Amino acid sequence: MTDKPLLQLVKVSKFFGDLRAVNQVSLDIMPGSVTCIVGPSGSGKSTLLRTVNMLETIDEGAILFDGAMIGHEVRNGHRVPVSKAVARRQCLNFGMVFQHFNLFPNYTALGNVTIGPMIVKGTSRKEAEANGRRALEQVGLGDRTDHYPSELSGGQQQRVAIARALAMQPKVLLFDEPTSALDPELVGEVLEVMRGLAQSGATMLVVTHEMRFAEDVSDEVVMMDAGQVIERGNPRTILHNPSTERAKKFFASVNVG
Amino acid sequence: MLEVLRTSVHTRGKSEDTAEALASLPIRPRLGVAHWISIVVAVYAALVLTRFFVFNENWQWDVVGSYLFSKVVMEGLRNTIYLTLCTTALGLVLGVITAWCRMSHLVVLRTAAVLYIWVMRAMPPLVMLLLVFFFGALVPTLSIGIPFGPTFASVPANDVITRFSAAVIGLSIYLGAYSAEIFRSGVMALHSGQFEACKALGLPPLAAYRRILGPQLIRVITPSMANEVITIFKSTALVSVIGYRELLTTVQVIYAKNFETIPLLTVAVIWYLVLTSVAMFGQSRLEKRFGRGFNRRHRPVSKEVSTDLAAGVSR
Repeated sequence: MTDKPLLQLVKVSKFFGDLRAVNQVSLDIMPGSVTCIVGPSGSGKSTLLRTVNMLETIDEGAILFDGAMIGHEVRNGHRVPVSKAVARRQCLNFGMVFQHFNLFPNYTALGNVTIGPMIVKGTSRKEAEANGRRALEQVGLGDRTDHYPSELSGGQQQRVAIARALAMQPKVLLFDEPTSALDPELVGEVLEVMRGLAQSGATMLVVTHEMRFAEDVSDEVVMMDAGQVIERGNPRTILHNPSTERAKKFFASVNVG
Repeated sequence: MLEVLRTSVHTRGKSEDTAEALASLPIRPRLGVAHWISIVVAVYAALVLTRFFVFNENWQWDVVGSYLFSKVVMEGLRNTIYLTLCTTALGLVLGVITAWCRMSHLVVLRTAAVLYIWVMRAMPPLVMLLLVFFFGALVPTLSIGIPFGPTFASVPANDVITRFSAAVIGLSIYLGAYSAEIFRSGVMALHSGQFEACKALGLPPLAAYRRILGPQLIRVITPSMANEVITIFKSTALVSVIGYRELLTTVQVIYAKNFETIPLLTVAVIWYLVLTSVAMFGQSRLEKRFGRGFNRRHRPVSKEVSTDLAAGVSR
């Protein structure tokens, strides 16, 4: 790990009407690190994650990737959103895995994995399919390439979704509660894949309720409540000896192993 | 300050100060080239339209004005509205029934619905109107009974088929077929889980459709249905072929006498525009009303609620 953060969030805020969904949140993500964001529902974790790849616009603050601001550009002493083409290019730095998979139901597993590289990066079908098969093998689905999402279990669908994100070769992987929509017995297979990715040195930002995963895999745990970061640091310390009352209450309720 | 910021962005300055400085700059909407071009185009279009409408004597706006609210035109307008309302009401009921038949498990109903839709799609509305109007020539008496067997009741066809009823029947059986397919598309767009939830709650099909599935369906089909109803409303102009005095027939009769063709057609167009605006207003109201629960709304979650929720999870 170097001392320069790959991704920097600086006092990022996001409002929904009167609600401050994200309130002055600053985060530094080091290359090759795994950061888990935890907290109660409605605390702004997902919204924060979605601001990184511009699924949500931000109202205050800045997001920097590799030292350069993304999403906005400076113009005459103020900032304006970057053009849509630039935004699309900047988003290629991030791979997103959604809570509800959001696979394309009209494409097979391989189709889901190859369509991005083919359209966005202009990869040839042959090469995209070879890479796609490799990505699907990496998530343990080498034998399911021709299945449609509806023919796969939830865990398998989520692994296809991870392969789809990987196929674009992003610099940072974003996970938005990737196991929350899964049956308990299917959670393990998805976490196993994520564990493998973490070990292979992927930079990951994970919103999750899986405290065991957060403790075992992450380098830093960030606890959010009411749009703010209320605690951050070493996972073991945060999960077992939180300093704030709210964090204590929360971790007691989610049964930290 | 500015220059420093610019260069720091380009040289990817890494210091905390730079990031802080960037973060503190206000965010404003992006006004790109497209924004300014669109304004120029709009100004140009406004000039062209002003020239076309205001400074073109041939419109004869004074003639338009004198006929716009005249008694004859009002009469025609009233007939058009009346015809549209009757046709739409009858057509939509027919459409619901046809869609229901089309999705029935009974093959006879399904086939009948498909045949009906097939024939209506093949038939130009003009031909349909003429056929209905001259139905008496084909079947002089309408009767209820068993073919080749006894007759229970009968009535001369020409007593039933007036100019008005021919117009309503001709247009509504047309709308019936087209709207049936739109209703069906709405049902197909519903999430299968919704049907299952209704079944699991033990809701009878009619109640399920009236209270739960119907409103969701209306949300999906409103745009295409609005198209169809507005098409039918304009198709009322076709009934001039069977001589029913609606808006277009009325102005045609007038300009046949005084040769003020353009101003009188303009009168008709203005009223068609007004009525279409009313229909589109209705459409947007429908979309708002039936968008409930789908359109995003902002409901703040208080701190207390979120922590209480978390606390509630603990045994």
